[in-house]
Amino acid sequence: MHHSIEIQNLNYTYPDGTVALRDVTLSIAPGEKVALVGPNGAGKSTLILHLNGILSGKGLVRVCSLEVVKENLGRVRSCVGMVFQSPEDQLFSPTVFDDVAFGPLYQGLPHAEVLQRVDGALEEVHMLSYKPRVSHHLSMGEKKRIAIATVLSMNPEVLILDEPTGGLDPRSRRSLIHLLQELPLTMLVSTHDMRLVREIFPRMIILDEGKVVADGPTLVLMDDAQLLEAHGLERP
Amino acid sequence: MHIHFLDPYRPRNSLVHRLDPRIKLVLAVAFILTNALLPSGAWPFYILLFALILSVEVISDLGMAYVLKRSSLALPFMLAALPLIFTIPGVSLFSFSVGPWQIHASLQGLERFISISIKSWLSVQAAIVLAASTSFPDLLVAMRALYVPQLLVSVFGLMWRYMFVLVDEASRLLRARSARSGQSDLPGARTGGSLSWRARVTGGMAGSLFLRAFERSDRIYMAMVSRGYDGEVRALPLPQVQPTQWVVLVAGLGLLVAFLGLALLVWG
Repeated sequence: MHHSIEIQNLNYTYPDGTVALRDVTLSIAPGEKVALVGPNGAGKSTLILHLNGILSGKGLVRVCSLEVVKENLGRVRSCVGMVFQSPEDQLFSPTVFDDVAFGPLYQGLPHAEVLQRVDGALEEVHMLSYKPRVSHHLSMGEKKRIAIATVLSMNPEVLILDEPTGGLDPRSRRSLIHLLQELPLTMLVSTHDMRLVREIFPRMIILDEGKVVADGPTLVLMDDAQLLEAHGLERP
Repeated sequence: MHIHFLDPYRPRNSLVHRLDPRIKLVLAVAFILTNALLPSGAWPFYILLFALILSVEVISDLGMAYVLKRSSLALPFMLAALPLIFTIPGVSLFSFSVGPWQIHASLQGLERFISISIKSWLSVQAAIVLAASTSFPDLLVAMRALYVPQLLVSVFGLMWRYMFVLVDEASRLLRARSARSGQSDLPGARTGGSLSWRARVTGGMAGSLFLRAFERSDRIYMAMVSRGYDGEVRALPLPQVQPTQWVVLVAGLGLLVAFLGLALLVWG
């Protein structure tokens, strides 16, 4: 069966000797929305960075049926939309348009298509009117939406988000949740926001000390207070 | 993921590492000064100084290979001295012409060039040993003890602190860019964009990095002010220098002064 994300026995050790991932194995089917939870330093970000080859450890990582190896990186990166935790890092261009256009332009798409992709992506996050704005002056919630648009413009199959609701006020958080619900992509979202997990993600993976300690239906895992507490999590 | 490779400090437990940072700083500066004041062509003294710094490197347990590798930093400075070969008058070695100009290489010029190269190479080694055997905060304390202006010392300190933050920030930006640098299925699409477009993107990144650094400095300042900063840098008094350390200082300075005096007597 084709999986959007397939990881087998992935191990990773940072150059300074810190072991970040131990024998991680998981797979995510197309269209599935999965939450990745765990305490700080559990290896969530490290795991995510393996999915588009920014880090590469020992083991098999396959995304959109492509093995994540050096030769495939270009294809892998256009199939995996990765939204980093801090939109400040994601938005490095002077204007919103430039940032959303970066991915398609880099891929060398024809000009008309680039414009169309930018409009499409901004429309999807309901920010079309922000095209000429300077990203520097946007609010946190706006930046988060634009950051998502910057990867949607690449037409990815998989959307990966790192801590999407961090630092948002309730209204921005709510509208971001709606947005994530609307988007029809395969999603892997690393977060501490357990209410968000319960609301959007039918499946949850708990990572602790670099190991997958639980992987199953969110509602079942959320009921296991002992499990949650053992891994530094709280019931919403 | 944080960047530490910029920090030249190598923790070891050698005599050099345990030497009081103030004394190390004075000796390193004195070594560099001696180097600078030695007349050109004083070859035996260069060898003596080289032996001196080499023995310090051995005692410091840093590994000669490490220091020598890093000392390639001196190469660009040598380049700056290269024109001396052609500008100092003296016995002509060879000559060539560039357009209407006739250019002579002189023996005296060559001697001066080699002297400067050796001197800068030796000086750089002293600085490397100092930076590798003394942690930066200790160096700041040493500067303060030696009456380097307080403001300058605190600027150095802030620079040191935020350089890593900035490098982290830059590397996160680069990571976000490479995460979006994909390849299209479309046949014939030229991945990577044109050079000028890429340059523009990089320019935008540099600009946003600058803006953020600027804003961060504002936030830092506000955080300092809200904890009572008034432009005056205050610090705890420094501990006394141990008597044995004074001996090292006096011996080291004495040796360097003797070298210099002798060299100036013979060559000066």
